[in-house]
Amino acid sequence: MTAGLAPTPEAAPPSMLGRRRGTTSLRVGAATVWLSVIVLLPLAAIVWQSAGGGWTAFWNAVSSNAALESYKVTLSVSIGVTAVNLVFGLLVAWVLTRDDFPGKRLVDAVIDLPFALPTIVASLVMLALYGPNSPVGLHIQHTKWGIGVALLFVTLPFVVRSVQPVLLELDREVEEAAASLGANNVTIFTKVVLPALLPSLLSGAGLAFSRAIGEFGSVVLIGGAVPGETEVSSQWIRTLIENDDRTGAAAISIVLLVSSFLVLFVLRAVGSRAAKREELAQ
Amino acid sequence: MILSRSVRYLLRYLALAYIVVLVVVPVGLILWRTLEPGFGEFIASITTPAAVSALQLSLLVVAIVVPLNVLFGVPTALVLARNKFRGKSALQAVIDLPFAVSPVVVGVALILLWGSAGALGFVENDLGFKIIFGLPGIVLASIFVTVPFVIREVEPVLHELGTDQEEAAATLGSQWWQTFWKITLPSIRWGLTYGIVLTVARTLGEYGAVIMVSSNLPGTSQTLTLLVSDRYSRGAEYGAYAVSTLLMTVAVFVLIIQVILDARRARAAK
Repeated sequence: MTAGLAPTPEAAPPSMLGRRRGTTSLRVGAATVWLSVIVLLPLAAIVWQSAGGGWTAFWNAVSSNAALESYKVTLSVSIGVTAVNLVFGLLVAWVLTRDDFPGKRLVDAVIDLPFALPTIVASLVMLALYGPNSPVGLHIQHTKWGIGVALLFVTLPFVVRSVQPVLLELDREVEEAAASLGANNVTIFTKVVLPALLPSLLSGAGLAFSRAIGEFGSVVLIGGAVPGETEVSSQWIRTLIENDDRTGAAAISIVLLVSSFLVLFVLRAVGSRAAKREELAQ
Repeated sequence: MILSRSVRYLLRYLALAYIVVLVVVPVGLILWRTLEPGFGEFIASITTPAAVSALQLSLLVVAIVVPLNVLFGVPTALVLARNKFRGKSALQAVIDLPFAVSPVVVGVALILLWGSAGALGFVENDLGFKIIFGLPGIVLASIFVTVPFVIREVEPVLHELGTDQEEAAATLGSQWWQTFWKITLPSIRWGLTYGIVLTVARTLGEYGAVIMVSSNLPGTSQTLTLLVSDRYSRGAEYGAYAVSTLLMTVAVFVLIIQVILDARRARAAK
């Protein structure tokens, strides 16, 4: 079709616009109903179930000993995993954007493998190397280290993939200017590069953390759900459901949901503020 | 930042070592252990009756989940990209919600909604339609975790596309379904393809949400991922490795398609 044939949108007959408005509300309605049935209603059922038992039942469930133990395991491992991700995620992203070596594209593709791999396969994969039949003699099944390694595997892409595009766009002239003014690499990194990367680093870390605290499939085989040692909150929820303690399971689910949302919300706020400051500085 | 050669090499090998130890060696080890006894053994292990029925069930779930996601995902993406309406940002947030919800919580939510003692328990109790511990439960869990994919892959393409061609077609007297079929659909086909690929991969690979709502009986309600964990916990390690390798092959296909589509997009951008 040539450009000359295309009339301006204003030329469209009014009847068409009216019809389109009709289909818009139809589509919005269909989308809303679909997402409500699939996503919102089930989540509302959790709230409904935990509210049904009253505040005391909710509080007892979320502050029971087993629950507290599971938070402790989940949080300590997730924080450690997030910290390692911050360092190594930045390192990998840096090498993939600033360095050049044969096979770089392959390495770049491998980064996404943990996202593409089913979580239960990830669990098995980690067990093959770190389980009882480990060829290198590292046996960390049923320990916190085992959970940590499994979580590092599944969260590998988050920081890398959020930092990489920012690093690619980063104006290298600023770094060169700093260098010509006598700044050494450490100064340039902490004063120029790191502040620019901070929002993306934080959002990657937030995604990784939120994934880590809810993770189930990849820790189930390597963790083994030893209470107080390797039982993470998601496994505790499964135990509660199997014991038919539905209110308890709903209560712990709410704790997981709220903490995951909070982390994402706070990081988004911090990220957008840092981005704004960066804009103002320029 | 200009790094000296030695620092650059140090960073490079540190990063590569991290990826090799964390990803390449473990994945390679599984492949090696699967194929070490010979390819015949691998085929035999993934064609046992339990494995075949697990594969059939997984594919059946895919065959239900993908059309539903396309049918509802494309119009949702269209309305998000093309229209302004009240509650749009709320709708956007709901679409991303499944990414932030733990798979186990998805399972709990479905049990509490559709289970026999759930909020909508009458569906099972009075209408006799069993959802939890049946196929519908597995389907609902799979849709929950895959609902963002088609929408999130198609929406940016629609944004980029603009509405010029569609408006031109409309003023030339084309019906909306003609416009959709001849103009919109061909333009979004790659985004849609990738969304479908992600949906298929995630549906085949979902474990946490599915194990919560499935009765996990070999031959009737065991999907491929459930078969992996079942075989492993029964001590049949080789069988678990073999099915994992099958699932890994799917994952590698996804990565290849991703690389191809990325290259395509980069070319189109130039």
